[in-house]
Amino acid sequence: MRRAVIFVLSLITWLLLALPIDIVAWEIHWANLIAGIFASLIVALLFDEVFIKEHARAVNPLRYLWFLIYVPVFAYYCILANIDVVYRAIHPDMPIKPGIVKIKTDLTTNSALTALANSITLTPGTLTVDVDFENEENILYVHWINVKTTDVDEASEIIAGRFEGLIRRIFE
Amino acid sequence: MTTFGFFYLVLLACVFMCLYRIGRGPTVPDRIVAIDILGVVIVGFCALLSMDTGQDVYMIVGISWALIGFIGSLALAKHLEGKSFDE
Amino acid sequence: MSEIIGLTLVSIGLLFDFFGCFGLIRFPDVFNRLQAATKCVTLGTCFILVGTFVYLGPGAIGIKALIALAFIVVTTPTAAHAISRASHAAGVELDESTVVDKYAEEKD
Repeated sequence: MRRAVIFVLSLITWLLLALPIDIVAWEIHWANLIAGIFASLIVALLFDEVFIKEHARAVNPLRYLWFLIYVPVFAYYCILANIDVVYRAIHPDMPIKPGIVKIKTDLTTNSALTALANSITLTPGTLTVDVDFENEENILYVHWINVKTTDVDEASEIIAGRFEGLIRRIFE
Repeated sequence: MTTFGFFYLVLLACVFMCLYRIGRGPTVPDRIVAIDILGVVIVGFCALLSMDTGQDVYMIVGISWALIGFIGSLALAKHLEGKSFDE
Repeated sequence: MSEIIGLTLVSIGLLFDFFGCFGLIRFPDVFNRLQAATKCVTLGTCFILVGTFVYLGPGAIGIKALIALAFIVVTTPTAAHAISRASHAAGVELDESTVVDKYAEEKD
């Protein structure tokens, strides 16, 4: 089952990269396509171990729908973040107040934690430094360019609150 | 000057700013950050080149550069941390 | 029309790239430099790649540009995370304007 998921994903990547099917003239380059199928088979056989553990979730269509909603939300915050950082970079006094704070999250799976850490890194003034597990909760250490609070709960709400719900629906 | 010529000049300025940070330091992580960012800037450069010339070879170079630069940054970071690569 | 939109997107991307690299020079310590460089240069290059897609249409190059965009969005934050953790472990000193360092307090 997991091998089938890997096979389909690598075949899709090959189809997009090498374009064996010419859409305009509607003809198929068979040699290209067969090479792609063989390459995907080899990848599926060799790299079974290193792929995600929760492969059954990759075939649930509802998650892709939530992902489509997640993309524009993420893009909006990403652009806001960039304008904020550019403002700090070109301001003559450089109004920064950096510090490393601790936030907690109730996400548990590896892929969800990775997605949350990457989203935090790309959004306003924050950069994930390390992920840790203590007292039954996942802890993230976040470098914040303009520290507003050092309290754990408040910082979690400000930094991670806007993404946690969506990421839970996509990856948990 | 053509539009694309101006675009190349802006990206060239970015590349030189990264090179300044690589040369200046002052610590090793600063240089690693600058190398990582230089890779991303070069992917943008490849996209501009393939826009200008209409050849997809440059875009293939860009994709390969993105992936291999990522692995290089990870390897440098792990080396700095004093761990082997599979930890 | 699509050419004008594509070139506009590329110009916005170049602006973000330029100021990201400017932040890389201007900010005082590794973590702040990572903040500026990772966010701005990633978004700037994404704008350039989307501009390439719009300018050339969904042909061989456009689709490759979108794949490169997906790779960059996934890999750059991961690399930034690895570098920041490694530089903290290697004992890089934070800038003197830093107000709090919970990570060092917890690790002792």
